[in-house]
Amino acid sequence: MASSAPTTAIDEFADKATTMQKVQTLLHRYPWLSPIVVLALLIVIFVFLGQVMGVGDLDNFILPGTISLVLQQTVIVGTLAIAQTIVILTAGIDLSIGAIMVLSQMFMANLAVYATASNVTFLAGQNPVLAVAVGIVVATLASSLNGFLIVRFNLPPFIVTLGTLSIFTALTLILFKARTIQGKEFPDFLGLLGTGFQIGPFTFTLGLLVMLALYAIFSYALRGTAWGTHVYAVGDDPAAAELSGINVRRVLFSVYCVAGFIIGIAAWITIGRLDAASPNVAPDINLETITAVVIGGTSLFGGRGRLIGTLLGTLIIVVLDFGLSLAGLDQAYRVLAIGVLVIAAVAVDQWIRKVKA
Amino acid sequence: MSATTTTQPLVQATDLSKSFGRVVGLASCQFELYPGEVCAVVGDNGAGKSTLIKCLSGALTPDAGEMFVSGDRVAFKSTNDARAHGVETVYQTLAVAPALDIAENLYLGREERKKGILGTVFRSLDKKGMRAEATRSLNELGVLTVQSITQPVETLSGGQRQAVAVARAGAFGSQVVILDEPTAALGVNESARVLQLIRDLRDRGMSIILISHNMPQVFEVADRIHVQRLGRRAAVVTPQSHTMNDVVAIMTGAMTVPEEEQQLTAVR
Ligand SMILES: Nc1ncnc2c1ncn2[C@@H]1O[C@H](COP(=O)(O)OP(=O)(O)OP(=O)(O)O)[C@@H](O)[C@H]1O
Ligand SMILES: [Mg+2]
Repeated sequence: MASSAPTTAIDEFADKATTMQKVQTLLHRYPWLSPIVVLALLIVIFVFLGQVMGVGDLDNFILPGTISLVLQQTVIVGTLAIAQTIVILTAGIDLSIGAIMVLSQMFMANLAVYATASNVTFLAGQNPVLAVAVGIVVATLASSLNGFLIVRFNLPPFIVTLGTLSIFTALTLILFKARTIQGKEFPDFLGLLGTGFQIGPFTFTLGLLVMLALYAIFSYALRGTAWGTHVYAVGDDPAAAELSGINVRRVLFSVYCVAGFIIGIAAWITIGRLDAASPNVAPDINLETITAVVIGGTSLFGGRGRLIGTLLGTLIIVVLDFGLSLAGLDQAYRVLAIGVLVIAAVAVDQWIRKVKA
Repeated sequence: MSATTTTQPLVQATDLSKSFGRVVGLASCQFELYPGEVCAVVGDNGAGKSTLIKCLSGALTPDAGEMFVSGDRVAFKSTNDARAHGVETVYQTLAVAPALDIAENLYLGREERKKGILGTVFRSLDKKGMRAEATRSLNELGVLTVQSITQPVETLSGGQRQAVAVARAGAFGSQVVILDEPTAALGVNESARVLQLIRDLRDRGMSIILISHNMPQVFEVADRIHVQRLGRRAAVVTPQSHTMNDVVAIMTGAMTVPEEEQQLTAVR
């Protein structure tokens, strides 16, 4: 130890750190750095393979059309993953996200569908604005049921949401049968968020804007407000949070309510994106949201991570998807690559959490 | 306020009882803390020390008995209630959130918002203000340097973490600071530092309840020693009136002290 200036323990830490420890400390501080590196690497590799090596159709990878499609493709998983991130930050997990989203969008579509369309329920023909509002309320209520069961009976989120995954899926089928409602069967407002617009050579959708707005709003809520600090504290150490005067149950319940609201918006976005409402959309959407969150550097143990990481995680999944299919590779390779990334991300998280003075 | 024999207790508990199912934590326990003193609470494992201070800090609700702060009857429903009465606690488990930084931990559960519309409508946290204030109170206690205020608590050493927890307890205009085994996990140097911190708090006018198994430390800083045994108060003595061996004997029941030989009134 240097005996010149009076050093603090922090300084000593910095003096002793090896390169690896510095990387570890850096990642500890900025957990979204690893997904940014992975995303940049993927883009560089795909561009190199396309422009220099001429692999498959990868030379299309940097065309504005492809970039526009990649971005549009993120909206469903990307929006749902916001809800998943907030839940996972509390050391929870939500397996019912997809089921709630489907229930919510089927409510929207079955309310707004023209009463003259075939095979409609007696609910049909409502004002589409009302239909969307009801759908969002349904999602919020469904998710708050998760919160209620978790908080009131001290049940593990994994089990509760595994149960409600089945319950909400069944409820959707019981209420609305398995009928898919096509875009031409409901008023335009329901598909509004699928509307595209041009900026230069790029095409964006309103859904993409809404998703980015949600990222901005909830990044702020998580990092800039007391509620956000409490969400992190509850996920980090619930006993310490309680002793610090935080109402842990109330924070947890609020998290599931907020998640439900986001899932409701995601349902509306999904109808716009697919120009249809189907009970069979995206069967692996739960796992995809968890994958996006984990690849984005958020810890499954709670209390650590940033929303921006989840956005990057979603982009990684979609970029990998496009890149590999443009390269002419089978879907299986994409699934394989995602699997490797998930395990690597969890390993990195374990390593980061070992940072000690 | 000169030291007359009629100094009133700052914190008082009478006939406090608390059971956990069949396990008795407290059985009609008495307790007094006088202004400006360090009152040590000692006793065997399971004697009810943590239970006593958890009642005093609002973390547990007693089954029976009364508590008073500055002579006013209080019934704490949460740790926030106790804090509102100026009673702050450093728990045996420290109760800090490891991934949050020092400033966030100091203000956990009582965050301050920005002034104006940013604070009222957008609920924006006054991070700058909280960091500055946290830095100031840590410097005042001489425990940490300025540049480390945004360091996550988990990257601190045990002594530094303890210092953060103590600073949090002493930072918000509190009058009573309760410390549950603050030196149990610390080395010699770090322990000495925390003991100094306790004296500093007392010199700034705070009253301190110190729970400890470490007799030499207790005899070093305590003004009075409350000996807890089987969920009740066995005796209150002073480092001057009794020896460490006496206190151990009282703890184990091998010795009883008649009330007139106890120190039930203020010494400071
Ligand atoms: N939450 C609880 N549930 C059940 N029993 C408890 C609980 N908390 C304390 N007890 C019991 O109450 C009694 C008093 O415990 P307490 O923690 O107050 O002792 P202590 O004096 O702080 O001991 P130590 O020196 O080990 O910290 C013990 O028998 C303990 O097992
Ligand atoms: Mg104890």
